[in-house]
Amino acid sequence: MVRVLLIAFLSLGVVSTAYWGYREHQEKNAILVHAENNYQRAFHDLTYKIDMLHDQIGTTLAMNSRTSLSPALAEVWRIAAEAHSDVGQLPLSLLPFNKTQQFLAQIGAFSYRTAVRDLDKQPLTKEEYETLQALYQKAANIQNELRNVQHLVLKNHLRWMDVELALATNNRPSDNTIIDGFKAVENDVQSFSEGTNFAPTFTTITNREKGFIRAQGKRISENEAKQIAKSFLGLKGTETIKVVRSGKGADERFYSVTVFDPKTKTEAYMDITEKGGYPIWVMDNRPVKKQAISVYDASVKGQQFLKKHRFTNFELYDSSQYDNIAVLTFVANEKGVRIYPEAIKMKVALDDGTIVGFSARDYLASPPLSTIPKPTISLAEARKKLNPNVRVMEERQAVITNDLNQEVLCYEFLGTLGDDTYQIFINAQTGMEEKVDKMQSVERNYE
Amino acid sequence: MRGRMISCLLVCFIMCAGEVHAFSNQVIQRGAVGDDVLELQARLQYIGFYNGKIDGVFGWSTYWALRNFQDKFGLPVDGLAGESTKTKLVKVSKYYESFVKEQIQKGNSFTHYGGKPLSEQVKGDNNATAAKTTVQTTATNVPKGFSQNDIRLLANAVYGEARGEPYIGQVAVAAVILNRLEHPSFPDSIAGVIFQPGAFTAVADGQIWLTPNETAKKAVLDAINGWDPSGGAIYYFNPATATNGWIWSRPQIKRIGKHIFCK
Repeated sequence: MVRVLLIAFLSLGVVSTAYWGYREHQEKNAILVHAENNYQRAFHDLTYKIDMLHDQIGTTLAMNSRTSLSPALAEVWRIAAEAHSDVGQLPLSLLPFNKTQQFLAQIGAFSYRTAVRDLDKQPLTKEEYETLQALYQKAANIQNELRNVQHLVLKNHLRWMDVELALATNNRPSDNTIIDGFKAVENDVQSFSEGTNFAPTFTTITNREKGFIRAQGKRISENEAKQIAKSFLGLKGTETIKVVRSGKGADERFYSVTVFDPKTKTEAYMDITEKGGYPIWVMDNRPVKKQAISVYDASVKGQQFLKKHRFTNFELYDSSQYDNIAVLTFVANEKGVRIYPEAIKMKVALDDGTIVGFSARDYLASPPLSTIPKPTISLAEARKKLNPNVRVMEERQAVITNDLNQEVLCYEFLGTLGDDTYQIFINAQTGMEEKVDKMQSVERNYE
Repeated sequence: MRGRMISCLLVCFIMCAGEVHAFSNQVIQRGAVGDDVLELQARLQYIGFYNGKIDGVFGWSTYWALRNFQDKFGLPVDGLAGESTKTKLVKVSKYYESFVKEQIQKGNSFTHYGGKPLSEQVKGDNNATAAKTTVQTTATNVPKGFSQNDIRLLANAVYGEARGEPYIGQVAVAAVILNRLEHPSFPDSIAGVIFQPGAFTAVADGQIWLTPNETAKKAVLDAINGWDPSGGAIYYFNPATATNGWIWSRPQIKRIGKHIFCK
């Protein structure tokens, strides 16, 4: 009797384990299929978008009238953006596929800039037309390669999950059809972006990577970097200082200084350009005690610090308090004109008013202005260009970097519409509305 | 007679003192947070200059309200609540501190206009006893273009990827995500960059869903506010665990903690 019961009990155990295992297996498969489907959707969507992109660029080439060219270029921009987003959903981040992504971003930037331009006043130049033709050619190549991969994927039921696995383990680097196909696309694009001379309006996307234009002068040594850190941070001399030179990947070489204060047991960090020895940023991660001074006092301290280190003509533009730290933004002001690209950020501790952060990254990367042009339209004329519903509260002249990455002189208006505050820039030469920003700095808590 | 006069004076003095000492002696500036800002907003609302929420954060609408007040009362229009502005404001308005703080603690939406009974200015009958006692403000400063939820998502990624790293290592990881956002080779949304398949191991193994600590959040805020210890990197890897050969071919910028940052 006992034996029968035992057998029954055990077999029940086996059956339920089997059932449980089966369910687990099914669930795992369902998730795999789901993930695979997501990849497949992104991939087939991508090939479709590249088809459309190719066709659409072809159409723009045949167009002559300005009225149809602008919307067609806008369409190119939209499709390129969507294709770009599709690439971002594929497990390709470990595969060198960035040239193709860059290519898509560049098509987008090019078509956007030409689409928003007034083509009646500034028609496509010969170079831009050639660029468009070259892009058309290249899109055709990418289309062919991708079509080929797509064909193989469909025919051989290739799975993207395998690609992910192959890339992650890197066991067999080059016997995966999909990986090979994408590598072919990448090589193709690479030869293109190196060989083609883009039109002048087209180079700007890479401009921002140029690094610190302002940091000129003789190269400093590690020891000099140490001295600069000492004077900039106001060190007493009891700290241990470590200096490391950056690797060759940096656009401009710099020194990273680590300062350990044995008294407070905290570290401060600072990067200094090798050329000229300009401080790039400073960060002091000491714990900040209870607030004792106001944001206003902090901005006065920040201003004094800038003066002391010969950043003259800087004025406070923005201030925000986060816990016990004030984050301040200063911008250059030359003869009453604010130069927004020349910005310096600072963090001031609200317990004792010491500087716990400094960043001159934007300032160092902005090209020095030789002269500020005189405005050709008057303030009153510029004000007429505004939306009449905006109530202007403040106005001044300012230099900003516009969508085309050019420095332009503008009239800046701060105004309110309903409960919101807007910052509006009207070009002081052309009267064009260069930029409209909604100023939002406060968000309610959801807790 | 004399006794009555003294007590009269005393009452008056106490009343005045109570009012004058309302604000602390700081100069209140845009971006400030805390009790003084609550009082500033409430007082400006009392006399009809401020129509926004009384949330304790000195934002743009408070700024314009203050400037309009300064303009109306012949004070220098600088948008700073200094000594003379505060004195004037205290003279012409009232501040029911306990009412304001009570409503904030209870999470009610309320206003603080003069000439209207306070009981009529509370919406939502959330009369439950206050759960949170330390709440001072009902809003937060956020860097332009980023919401608190964006910051939280970034903090999740930083915590999942680099919680064992030194502070600047965490800021650097956040900066890499932000650099990718700007870079043409990567998706152009925070979620797009973080959830790009294969981009971050913390996403692949689920560690991104750990609850981030304050350090990670601080690191994210620093990165958003413009600090980039990575030197403009768009990749980083841990040389001890990196299996992918290609990542080694990237030009390296610098090493922070266990991570090598590269272009």
